[in-house]
Amino acid sequence: MLEIKNINVFYGDVQVIRDISFKVNEGEIVALVGANGAGKSTTLKTISGLVKPESGEIIFNGTHLAKVEPYRLIEHGIVHVPEGRRLFVDMSVEENLDMGSLKGAAKAEREKTREMVYKLFPRLLERKKQLGGTLSGGEQQMLAIGRGLMSKPKLMMFDEPSLGLAPILVREIFSILGNIREEGTTVLIVEQNVKQTLSISDRAYVLENGRVVIEGTGADLLNDEHVKKAYLGV
Amino acid sequence: MTSPQLEVLLQTIIAGLLLGGLYALIGIGMTLIMGVMKIINLAHGELMMVAMYIAYVLYSSFHIDPYLSVFLAAPVLFLLGVLLQKYLITPVLRVDAIIPENQVILTVGIGMVLSNVAAIIFSSDYRSTPVDYSTKAWYLTDIWKGSPIELSLSMPWSVSFVFAVLITVALWFFLAKTDLGKSIRATAQDKDAATLMGVNVGFMRIVSFGLGSSLVGAAGCLFIPIYYLYPDLGGQFTLIAFVITILGGLGSTVGAIVGGLILGVFESLTATYIGMGWAPVGRFVIFVLALIFIPGGILSLFKRRR
Repeated sequence: MLEIKNINVFYGDVQVIRDISFKVNEGEIVALVGANGAGKSTTLKTISGLVKPESGEIIFNGTHLAKVEPYRLIEHGIVHVPEGRRLFVDMSVEENLDMGSLKGAAKAEREKTREMVYKLFPRLLERKKQLGGTLSGGEQQMLAIGRGLMSKPKLMMFDEPSLGLAPILVREIFSILGNIREEGTTVLIVEQNVKQTLSISDRAYVLENGRVVIEGTGADLLNDEHVKKAYLGV
Repeated sequence: MTSPQLEVLLQTIIAGLLLGGLYALIGIGMTLIMGVMKIINLAHGELMMVAMYIAYVLYSSFHIDPYLSVFLAAPVLFLLGVLLQKYLITPVLRVDAIIPENQVILTVGIGMVLSNVAAIIFSSDYRSTPVDYSTKAWYLTDIWKGSPIELSLSMPWSVSFVFAVLITVALWFFLAKTDLGKSIRATAQDKDAATLMGVNVGFMRIVSFGLGSSLVGAAGCLFIPIYYLYPDLGGQFTLIAFVITILGGLGSTVGAIVGGLILGVFESLTATYIGMGWAPVGRFVIFVLALIFIPGGILSLFKRRR
């Protein structure tokens, strides 16, 4: 479904992504894990077109994304739920959801998808007139996910969805990622919360200093000596 | 307070509110551009001057009422704004410059060119559109015979005010209820997140600049029945728009309305109680006070802290 081939990314003179390649198959949950600064978020931003790679290819269902304007990506079925939620803080919950469904089929089915999102997150329905910026951290993350779902994506990319949330909410968010996959959406997730992420992932890639150092199934990586030592603290 | 004194005070406040309504329209145009572009458009007043000359030509050559020319000048100004954004400002945005605010400087240049072109075409003479209703007014004692005080409402000022309110309401509806309007607001709040949601940020910038220009253009047509026109008039209104935007809090539409009304009333009070010539001084007193005491704008006083 999504194939990343040998991408290299620079911020100024500093190379942050070194020759990263990986792929995501339809129906999978794939994780990129690693420490702060390993290049995980940059990888997602590169796929979204917010950052331009120096070299390499990104192919989604046969389309070279380098040729796609970043704002058109959502029409191809890719949605990026960014780090730190990035809600429209002065817009209501409902307006934030509308923003996820500006184009094509998503726009035509806006009402229906919204019902679905409200069913998944009843809290959002209760607060639909409230401004995005006045929600609690957990509710904001739900809204960010809901806004992404409004686009009826084929591939959803999550950047640190558990960041800053209480453990109970983290568990809820992870179980929702599972639901999303069951509904037929492929998931690519970037996380620092390595243990929980690996336990829900089909496959995962460990990033260190802008390189993929280990790859394997979620279960394999949970038992990997290096992963255990470096990320799981056992 | 004796009744003549009360009359003067009320009359001054009414005049200030009517002026403030027009100021608000100018300020909203500026704030819209500022919100999306993150720059101050220092050619704002000059764009208004262009619209006023359009209204002036339509009146003097074809005898079209300035209020009708709103419907012609606003689209023309929209187009002008779109072209300025697309062919002058966007290319400058792409360049890494030594000074980060080079687009602001560019708008200063655009303003200079516009006012000088106007001077070449129309000379620096003062112009006006002497419409026959320019001195008409409604009087309180005509409506309420037994009124203890006398107040008047100038007809062109009131009509201009009503126009300004209608345009503001239409704009509010557009920004709040349409997908394009929401996309503009989203771009102002977080342009990267807007891009991820499928908003073409470059296009929103163009639309916003066009819209901001057409709003100030409409304000120009509303001003000309009650004002006079000369090529250098723009600078003064750019400063007014700037003060309103600071007062209202950068990028806030409601703030621009409140800021416009406050500035209008304040100037009107200064003109009545201190002297006509002091109104611009009052404007700058308010500007400096706002910068020092409410740097976040008037609305920040009411907003609860997040």
